[in-house]
Amino acid sequence: MPTPLPDDVAWRLLESMLLIRRFEEAVLRMSQEGQFRGHYHLYIGQEATGTAVMSVLEPRDRLNSTHRNHGHVLARGAEPGKAMAEILGKATGLIGGRGGTIHLCDPDLGFLHTSGIVGGCISLGVGGGYACKQKKDGSVCATFFGDGALEEGVSFEALNIASLWKLPVLFMCENNSTGSWAPGEGYPTLVHASTDLRLIPQSVGIRTMRVDGADAAAVREAVSDAVARCRRGEGPAFIEAMTKRWPGSNPLWPEPATGVTDIRIATGETQAGGAHKDWIENHDPVLRLARALAGGGNDARTRLYALDAAVKARIDDAVNFAIDSPLPAPATAFDHVFA
Amino acid sequence: MAKQSYAQALVDGIYDSLAADDRASMIGSYVLGLGPQRNLMDRIREDFPDRIVDPPTAEAGAAATGVGAAMAGMRPFVDLGTGSFTYLAMSQITNEAAVSSYMSNGRISAGVTFHLLHGVRGGGAAQHSHSPQSMLCNAPGLEVVAPYSAADAYGLVRAAFQSQNPTVIASHAKLLGIETEVPDKKSVVTIGKADVKRKGRDVTIVANSLMTHYSLLAAEQLARDGIDAEVVDMRTLVPLDEETILDSVKRTGRLVVVDECPLRCGIASEVSASVAEHGFDLLKAPIARVTRAHVPVPFSLPLEEAITPDPAKIAAAARKVMKNG
Ligand SMILES: Cc1ncc(C[n+]2csc(CCOP(=O)(O)OP(=O)(O)O)c2C)c(N)n1
Ligand SMILES: [Mg+2]
Repeated sequence: MPTPLPDDVAWRLLESMLLIRRFEEAVLRMSQEGQFRGHYHLYIGQEATGTAVMSVLEPRDRLNSTHRNHGHVLARGAEPGKAMAEILGKATGLIGGRGGTIHLCDPDLGFLHTSGIVGGCISLGVGGGYACKQKKDGSVCATFFGDGALEEGVSFEALNIASLWKLPVLFMCENNSTGSWAPGEGYPTLVHASTDLRLIPQSVGIRTMRVDGADAAAVREAVSDAVARCRRGEGPAFIEAMTKRWPGSNPLWPEPATGVTDIRIATGETQAGGAHKDWIENHDPVLRLARALAGGGNDARTRLYALDAAVKARIDDAVNFAIDSPLPAPATAFDHVFA
Repeated sequence: MAKQSYAQALVDGIYDSLAADDRASMIGSYVLGLGPQRNLMDRIREDFPDRIVDPPTAEAGAAATGVGAAMAGMRPFVDLGTGSFTYLAMSQITNEAAVSSYMSNGRISAGVTFHLLHGVRGGGAAQHSHSPQSMLCNAPGLEVVAPYSAADAYGLVRAAFQSQNPTVIASHAKLLGIETEVPDKKSVVTIGKADVKRKGRDVTIVANSLMTHYSLLAAEQLARDGIDAEVVDMRTLVPLDEETILDSVKRTGRLVVVDECPLRCGIASEVSASVAEHGFDLLKAPIARVTRAHVPVPFSLPLEEAITPDPAKIAAAARKVMKNG
């Protein structure tokens, strides 16, 4: 059992997790309204992982992210309006509308790159760690990737190099494969001959930990330990954060399978129902932390509802900002090919 | 004549190739991507369950498996998925498969087929919109085809399965749903032969893949202005059918080359150079190239449109060539 979070930390983490949840619900709604094009990936069900990692990292640290990046950039503190504008391809987006949902990235916050190429992130993270080590400033590079990234050969090369050279890299593996694809649908990612992904980094001598990725306290504890070791020069660490796949992610395109999250489920004022009752009651990381905090009595319940209302208002503002923002001028398409 | 979608014809071609040759198999079955046509593959999955495997997300490994199996005498079809993922398998394709015949003094061949979905698919941004064909064309020993019509998709996939050489089939993601006329009995199409899709007197437009579709649309616009364009569909990029292209330029004296690969060292550059070299005297005006700008593909729609060829840009280039001589 992880050490319980201090109250103020827990509320802070919950706010970040709620922000991600309400953001993703808005993205899903806007996609269904046809507000943007292209394939996209939501972070619902994994909010605790990204939020807890960011709560440990310092401003000097570096990161990189994947196709499933919305939660990472928001938890690190990116402006939700700019993130939403990026998804709509607007000029005010984090990267001017050039990347869209798959490439949300805020270089001001230490993001090196957000790659949609599976295996791209884990390997570039090693370069980030190399830079941190050269700088000798005690910084680390946290690199996020899914279980699928370990199917790519370059991941092995990256792990080997990081271990050989004792690079300060936090390999943050988000394993959301617990819950399966329907046959013939979606990406066939469940294709590891190994039944324990930790064996792969272990084979090159990297320290590994496995945590419940829906438990913010557990992730925070594991990451604190791993990052401290990285800073001390003990080399890379690998954390496998396990989450039960959000039912809305099972089909090819995200679907509102669990509806708009009703925060009152956390206080018992409403009951979870429907086909995905089990996921909502037992695996939803936002409701899980909210439930733990709301147990603190009437004041806590009032605080929870007020927090949710404030977060919703922030997301409404973000959506309006994004919708009202201009598209980039066509002539700017030719800018920045070279730095 | 009946019409068929590119996707349906491609699936028919794979199906008939598997039926015709026990050595044929598929490594990767998501040939039609994530679009609405993807369920067309079910027929193949049902009828050839033991000749289809879906690999992990491991493009290098999947490609290498196909190359090695081809060297051992099998006829694998490797689906690389989105064209951009080809780069992860580049060594296996260009430095193993492509050179196997030459470096063994003709004693080894790697008759593997690779398939990729190339092109600006709409909202794919920089990492999911690549057209890697021009890079692949620079690897001697590879056959590279980029069909436009349903009949050619069928015929070239059949030819690729039969070929002793490693063959890359590049299908444009936006072509999958486009229907074109097919004969009652579709047949094998010879690799290395271009096809004149529209006869015309004034200007030759050479294109491939989706750009042939766009060029035919441009030709209709041009016809309304009294310009009679001939459209030559390359079908195969390597080996290049210089004869058919030069023959057309002989008739029209003017050339526009259209391709979706980025401008520099692209397919359009190769065709232009070839005509300039062998048909300089035939030309009444400088050649024009219409390609994707030499710029990574941006996500936002107005930016994407700014760098991507379309029928209006092709027609404008043809008008300019007409004006120049
Ligand atoms: C090199 C490469 N191959 C294939 C893909 C297509 N693709 C996009 S997401 C995905 C699944 C990735 O699974 P995982 O890394 O576990 O991330 P998750 O989506 O589960 O968060 C695949 C195969 C890709 N983006 N890059
Ligand atoms: Mg996964």
